[in-house]
Amino acid sequence: MYKLITAAEAAAMIKPRSRVCIGGFLAVGAPETVIDAIVAAGTRDLHIIVIASDWENRGVGKLVVNHQVGSAQVSHMGTNKEIQNQVNCGEIKVELVPQGTLMERVRAFGTGLGGVLTPTGLGTVVAEGKQVINVNGRDYILETAIESDFALIRAKKADQAGNLIYSKTARNSNPIMAMAGKVTIAEVDEIVELGGIDPEDVITPGIFVNYIVLSKEK
Amino acid sequence: MAMDKRAQIGARIAKELKDGDYVNLGIGLPTETANHIPPGIRVVFQSENGIMGVGPAPANGEEDQDMINAGGGFITALPGASYFDSATSFGIIRGGHIDVTVLGALQVDQEGNLANWMIPGKLIPGMGGAMDLVTGAKKVIVAMEHCDKQGNPKILRKCTLPLTAKGRVSLIVTDMAVLEMTPQGLVLQEVSEGYTVQDVVKATEADLIIPDHLK
Repeated sequence: MYKLITAAEAAAMIKPRSRVCIGGFLAVGAPETVIDAIVAAGTRDLHIIVIASDWENRGVGKLVVNHQVGSAQVSHMGTNKEIQNQVNCGEIKVELVPQGTLMERVRAFGTGLGGVLTPTGLGTVVAEGKQVINVNGRDYILETAIESDFALIRAKKADQAGNLIYSKTARNSNPIMAMAGKVTIAEVDEIVELGGIDPEDVITPGIFVNYIVLSKEK
Repeated sequence: MAMDKRAQIGARIAKELKDGDYVNLGIGLPTETANHIPPGIRVVFQSENGIMGVGPAPANGEEDQDMINAGGGFITALPGASYFDSATSFGIIRGGHIDVTVLGALQVDQEGNLANWMIPGKLIPGMGGAMDLVTGAKKVIVAMEHCDKQGNPKILRKCTLPLTAKGRVSLIVTDMAVLEMTPQGLVLQEVSEGYTVQDVVKATEADLIIPDHLK
């Protein structure tokens, strides 16, 4: 069962070199309250696993600007010049991962799989150094699971069992990352009583959620 | 590129869409396609951040912070729309459920290879969802200017930039021409008004098959 904590308590769990999945797509659906607390804590040398490096003043971009990121697995950095600067000068080591592959690698870790077989990236630099496996006459790249210590996610609503629902396109990577953290911390707008979310509507079952932080955004 | 050329490319690509198609448009020029859907044709637009049934941009002041497309622009949802997580979204894409994707290109070559995600030493934005889209969509249409800003051909014998995917392009629509990938090679299907076949051949490095109707 989840425990309700403050954003500062969430940030204090995260240590230098922690591997941290952070939800959101261009900062929509990003756990901004928890991110702000990590910025305030100043923890450095984080490894982040994110769809995109967001904007310099929103989402994980704030961690980049504050020089707290040591390495990243990310699919798109085009909206954040600062991460490109830090990559160019060697401050951040980046593995660029196709977005669909990134999601499957994160999902694999959360669901007990060693990896997945995907055609995405065949014949490109993404395939370099990786095993190609033929299944029923088709080639696939073996993409291994991405391990994470923490998943920091953003949902609209939780009930007292920790079940989560999301808001529109703010759902994006959050339900996948929710499954993948050894410790999952969900930032939510509100917590409703048991039965306040119809079991049919639950997107993330509460079993995946270890901690909840109330968002300052709403 | 001039607005009329963008519109011309968008209108030509829109003619490729069939009633009932599920379509994913890349950022920039490809989005022009949505402005030219022929009457009587209903297509459903996906945005890979997690929505099927993307509607038009909201009116000023009506923006919903939780409603964006993959380019970060505000959108609305049409009746019948659905939201889903990123793994489902890319399952849709990689699983071959998207009928058509339209993407921009830095280079494309006569073997159907596409390069559109990085320029080594210069630009490293990352591939985002492009590799999955080009690998998984049933039909990959490239929308681009025929030549780069310096006037160099972008349709090559062999791409020199890192590839997005190998052998997946089916159609190239530019301001000058429409070119189709076939098992025999790259066929020049149409030449835009104001250009000759020779103009297109000169602006193209790839070997082109010129069909009888253009000779």
